[in-house]
Amino acid sequence: MKRLTLKGGMLIVTAAVLLNGCTQATKPGDEYLDSGADVSEATSGTRIGTIGEADALAGTALAGMKISYEKDAINDPENVLSIKTIYFAYDSSEISEEDVEVIKHHGKYMALHPDVSVRLEGHTDERGTREYNVALADRRAQSVKKLMLFQGPSATQATIISYGEEKPAALGHDEAAWKLNRRVELVYE
Amino acid sequence: MLKRWILLLFLCCLTQAANAVLKIDITEGIEGATPIAIIPFKWSGAEKPVDADISAIVSSDLARSGKFSSVPERGLLAQPQRPEDIHFKTWRVAGVDHLVIGAVQKAANGMFKVEFRLFNVYRGEQVLGYSFNATRAMLRTTAHQISDLIFEQLTGLPGAFNTRIAYVTSAGKPAEYRLQVADTDGYNPQTLLTSSEPIMSPVWSPDGSKVAYVSFETGASAIYIHNIRTGEREKIAAFDGINSAPAWSPDGQSLAMTLSKDGNPDIYVLSLRSKALRRVTRHWSIDTEPAWLPDSRSLVFTSSRSGKPQLYQLALDSGSRPRRLTFEGNYNANASVSADGKVIAFVHGAGNSYKIALLNLDTRITQVLTDGPLDESPDFAPNGTMILYASQDRGRAVLAAVSADGRQKQRLALSDGEVREPSWAAKRN
Repeated sequence: MKRLTLKGGMLIVTAAVLLNGCTQATKPGDEYLDSGADVSEATSGTRIGTIGEADALAGTALAGMKISYEKDAINDPENVLSIKTIYFAYDSSEISEEDVEVIKHHGKYMALHPDVSVRLEGHTDERGTREYNVALADRRAQSVKKLMLFQGPSATQATIISYGEEKPAALGHDEAAWKLNRRVELVYE
Repeated sequence: MLKRWILLLFLCCLTQAANAVLKIDITEGIEGATPIAIIPFKWSGAEKPVDADISAIVSSDLARSGKFSSVPERGLLAQPQRPEDIHFKTWRVAGVDHLVIGAVQKAANGMFKVEFRLFNVYRGEQVLGYSFNATRAMLRTTAHQISDLIFEQLTGLPGAFNTRIAYVTSAGKPAEYRLQVADTDGYNPQTLLTSSEPIMSPVWSPDGSKVAYVSFETGASAIYIHNIRTGEREKIAAFDGINSAPAWSPDGQSLAMTLSKDGNPDIYVLSLRSKALRRVTRHWSIDTEPAWLPDSRSLVFTSSRSGKPQLYQLALDSGSRPRRLTFEGNYNANASVSADGKVIAFVHGAGNSYKIALLNLDTRITQVLTDGPLDESPDFAPNGTMILYASQDRGRAVLAAVSADGRQKQRLALSDGEVREPSWAAKRN
């Protein structure tokens, strides 16, 4: 198996661009925390990971996952690219540190396969109003797309559809269901 | 040709059978309501049809308004048929303020002659009397017209019974979504659209002839305008990004909507005549859920520009910045403006509870009307007396209505499946 890795100088460029991207995705006011239950889920700031390095995923829930970008890697359950759902805190479109890594790998994969396209489906939980939730889910998908594009794929490779609260992944009216519903799904086509 | 007709008929029957009727239960509060006795109308020339019992329809319309308590049929002291049969003193003693009598007569040509008289019990005199000619199919409509006339006579406010409501239903797994319109009491449901993809945000044109809505049927969101009489529809907006939250201006000239085609959810106004599209908000936060004020020149909308969703007011041609309207609580969204422009109904969230609240634009006083926990999509009745909204009942999505004074509540549920996003037409067309 051939692994594609990024080296030295290019890594620095990528990191700088990413920093920029994260600033955009989390403007002041966009990352406030709701008091109570959701505080622990929210994160602030983003550490920049090192794509392709052996220890990139160490110490995270992604530790031990494979990193490679062959065409069918997205179907390998052991590959980091098998993670295709990004979860969010309540009323937030901020991406967690760990998911920044996941999205970077997807962006890299797409840059290496210009014929591949992905649909980013944005969702929210049922709380709040339906049309605000469509807008919120759109912002979630936009955050994922921006981060992805910094890895170099063409903007036309990623399309966005925002469903708001209309298509829950889990039924139920409690946090156990809500946390599964606040998500962006990456659907490769 | 004949075959095609038979197929068409068959399809019509199917649609009818599949349309579940909304069942209405008054769940809270009749104290303070004016007692009125609706005497069962006398039918001649035809049996009283179960689905068009005019006096029963009027009685339930008036009770639903929250402003009247109809004396139940078994509680009626007498059932006078003619004015000279009414013994006003007896009704006065019983505390009944108003009394309605009427009759339905089927003529040889198949038409029905419906007449009614409204009496003021204390003055012992007739205050209103009308006679109508109606086809069999129009009997329920006639009953709602009578309710409107009585309501207006006694309250000074226009009635809102003889119009229609639109709403979205979903049932089954995978879900099948339907856009339906029905009479305000849930009868005569008609399906405008059936889809395996979500349908959202139905809203009536001011003349009650069209419904604008969002459909995901093509795999992306688009806004459509659907003529309910001809069934014709027009795709109005299908830009990249979201196409959401259509709102018809009261003068019928424009449709406000939320688009993210320029990178971020912002509010745009589309001129329906020239099709010119104008961006009216410009902010990196979420701006959505536009609602028009009666002047058709200003909007109330939801924005997260302060960090959390709050309501703002924007005068379109002033060039000034939007003015923040709500300050209590950290989630105030999805405004509906009363027809007189004095009051806004909206979703007020606190913690995990979302309730319907009113904001008086003159006094700036906020009043919470419902108990939550997941109430949304408020829509004022055309006469401002009630607010229709979406709620949850034991985990199931139902419609509910609350009187604007918060005293009276009712629930409108489908026999199966979920129902949401109600919109109340100002007129029947």
